Amino acid sequence: MQVLKRIGLGLVVFLASLSAYADYSWNFPEPVTPMALDTLHVHNKFMLISMAIFLVVLAIMIYSIFAHRKSKGYKPVTDKAPSTALEIFWTLIPFAILLLIDFVIMGIPAYHSVVMMEDTRNKANMVIKITGSQWRWQYEYLDGDAQGIKFVSNLTTNDKQLHNQEEKGENYLLEVDNPLVLPVGEKVRILMTASDVLHNWWVPQFGSSRLAVPGFIRETWVQVEKPGTYRGQCKELCGKGHGYMPVVVNAVSMEEYKTWVAAKKEEQAKAAAGADKEWTKDDLMAEGKVVYEKNCAVCHQVSGAGLPPAFPALTGSKVSTSPIFGADGKYLPDSHLDRVLNGKNVMPAWKATLNDTEIAAVITYERNALGNSVGDVVQPAQVKAARQ
Amino acid sequence: MSTSTVAGHHEEHHDHPTGLMRWFTTTNHKDIGTMYLTFALVMFFVGGAMILGIRAELFKPGLQLINPDFFNQLIGVHALIMIFAALMPAATGFANWMIPLQIGAPDMALPRLNNWGFWILPPAAILLTLPFTLALFGIGDGALATGWTFYPPLSVQGGIGVDFAIFAVHLLGISSVLGSINIIVTLFNMRAPGMTLMKMPMFAWGWLITAFLLIATIPVLAGAVTMLLTDRHFGTHFFDAAGGGDPVMFQHLFWFFGHPEVYILLLPIWGFIPQILQTFSRKPMYGYKAQVYSLWAIGALSVVVWAHHFFTAGMPVPALLYFMYSTMAISLPLAVLFFCWIKTMWRGSMSFETPMLFAVGWIILFGIGGLTGLVLADVAADAQYHNSYFVVAHFHYTLFAGGIMGIMAGVYYWLPKMTGHMYNETLGKWHFWLTAISFNLTFIPQFFLGLAGMPRRIPDYALQFAEFNMISTVAAFALGLSQLLFVYNIISCIKGGKKATDKVWEGAEGLEWTLPSPPPYHSFTDQPVVK
Repeated sequence: MQVLKRIGLGLVVFLASLSAYADYSWNFPEPVTPMALDTLHVHNKFMLISMAIFLVVLAIMIYSIFAHRKSKGYKPVTDKAPSTALEIFWTLIPFAILLLIDFVIMGIPAYHSVVMMEDTRNKANMVIKITGSQWRWQYEYLDGDAQGIKFVSNLTTNDKQLHNQEEKGENYLLEVDNPLVLPVGEKVRILMTASDVLHNWWVPQFGSSRLAVPGFIRETWVQVEKPGTYRGQCKELCGKGHGYMPVVVNAVSMEEYKTWVAAKKEEQAKAAAGADKEWTKDDLMAEGKVVYEKNCAVCHQVSGAGLPPAFPALTGSKVSTSPIFGADGKYLPDSHLDRVLNGKNVMPAWKATLNDTEIAAVITYERNALGNSVGDVVQPAQVKAARQ
Repeated sequence: MSTSTVAGHHEEHHDHPTGLMRWFTTTNHKDIGTMYLTFALVMFFVGGAMILGIRAELFKPGLQLINPDFFNQLIGVHALIMIFAALMPAATGFANWMIPLQIGAPDMALPRLNNWGFWILPPAAILLTLPFTLALFGIGDGALATGWTFYPPLSVQGGIGVDFAIFAVHLLGISSVLGSINIIVTLFNMRAPGMTLMKMPMFAWGWLITAFLLIATIPVLAGAVTMLLTDRHFGTHFFDAAGGGDPVMFQHLFWFFGHPEVYILLLPIWGFIPQILQTFSRKPMYGYKAQVYSLWAIGALSVVVWAHHFFTAGMPVPALLYFMYSTMAISLPLAVLFFCWIKTMWRGSMSFETPMLFAVGWIILFGIGGLTGLVLADVAADAQYHNSYFVVAHFHYTLFAGGIMGIMAGVYYWLPKMTGHMYNETLGKWHFWLTAISFNLTFIPQFFLGLAGMPRRIPDYALQFAEFNMISTVAAFALGLSQLLFVYNIISCIKGGKKATDKVWEGAEGLEWTLPSPPPYHSFTDQPVVK
């Protein structure tokens, strides 16, 4: 027993030294929305109450453990239930206190929080739509100047960092290529959906978290009060890439937001124009490599070898080597283009995620790299036509 | 009355097969109870090994040992094994051993059903784990990778592991329902003369309510996973919006079973913990009636609060409020139980043998699980806790501390009665302290991880979570290794040791302590009379 006591003491010292670390987070991260602030208050209050109940009950138990011992010769009493009116009264007091805590001290603020949390529409100044898909988020601005802006947000942490071949960056696993940009101080109504399985869009500093359900629209809202970059993750198990679909939000001032909107619009107009011109094979291959490694390599691997049987190889596969277009110029069912546009089983449909140029480029790349050499080229215009 | 002579006499005329056939064909409640308990112990280590694999991977950021797909398989199968193949069979094992002894019956009411109930379990466990092995031979892509909750559409997308798990759940469910029927019939028909329902031992009460909950909820689970199976293979669209279904409906069906399941696991333990407290406090159980009514209240409430498991799925405000307040209401009967447990100890004459240590530690740690559960009921705060490590820590306080450590208290309490030998008390105490300390060191850091924003079920994590994960992993290995002491202690107790008296513990009360240790093959051949 002496040894155990010594171990226990060591642990206490060890834990005390841990608290000296400034990096440690013992509570929720700093809240930046009204909802997160509310959540923090609720949490702190509940924790204090729970802690108080716990300590009082523990103290009573510990007193009893030390005082009412056989080794001290304590003689047991034989009461089985409260017998006098006074005893019954004392027994009911803890019950009454708990009733008060449950439904008044905790219950009433909880009611107001729920109402606030679910009020997604009042005073909402803009609406965005978030679509979760395996394993990336897609953002779309539905109204105002930004209407029509739509982009995909992918993890940018590279494979070498994941496999410990390179030092991990500061925002390891919490960095993306295209962060969501929101203006500070505006209430943003968020429509949430998914394209394949359940996802859950969560930024701890926002205090909002809502399930993204394929085929349904769910709602939540955020109102970021402080400029900054906020990071979170998907928190509904969504397959093998579940740990690799971070959320990054840049909250910026209204002016910066407007500049960003203008730049983004211009960029999208350029991309749309690109779909109408004739591309060279080299350009398509270069663009395709980027698109492939960002979107496809998670499952089909950088080499194209896949992870059979769940994720088939592209190298030498039937889909990526058989002809795409029939004699009438339309794409064939189960052809390479059909598969990328519409998906099948585990393979997601990419038509809503990638633009014409990206789809054309990635198909061209897959057919002429990764150990394949079919030789043909798919033009963005053909993809555009195929969508109709 | 000398029960031992009567029983000995009886056995001469009633031989049973020996060797392996004894165990295959047995209809004896004690043999079946032993098989259940052994099976639970083995599966506890199988499930534990899986989670140590997970903890090893999470020791530091980056992918070291396990790829993400295999990671997802391990977490789900770990949970299913621990719940269905370790905790539930352990409780059923105690029921088989102790209910006839406690109510003065010769055996369970339906012995052949009892035999079936057990022998369905090993095939179910094999079904659950077989896909791991098949994958090694290139068949399928491994076990269920959706977590134990089977949420569609991920489970519709999954490979053959999902089908195997669905059939395993069916078998486990059938086994539980058969066991429950047997327990209900036994308790209603075979109590000793004079033992009215309100004189029944608390353990029997806990199990009676568990049995009713199982019969009420297992069919719903069976229905839900069958709908999943037909969605996967026969073109139905129960959970597919494209065909008019709804993925969230599965969550409602699943948790209609899943929440009562928590109490199914805990009620038998709430039954025997007061008996342990009473024994080692040398004082009658406090508030017997209040405890029985509380058990019923919790049983009833448990089937009407399910949706608090998925507040973030989106629900109308009135539904959110209803599920929040009804969940908070569970704290009231639970508080009555805590009050009675502590009042049973209060002004007793306590001694702290291993079962008592486990029981007292259990009250404290289960208390933490209960209080954090109360906070989780708050819808607004739940948006933050949901699916974070906070929840992982919370339910391990209820299911490891509240479940497994409770079972361990029961094992040490009844082992001398079952084997006829005393276990090694010093080793038992070491086991308790090592378990309690390493358990807390494993899961306290996980509360902080959850608050800081680490989601559960991720194979790799951001750098700010590194230190707490490291502590948790080291402690988890200590927790796992400490359990070897438990096995060693049990095995050496079966093999020999100091002879146990009939009463075993100085303060023991109840019919099971009137029989010799170990009890005769057919427990009570002469019905005892309870006054």
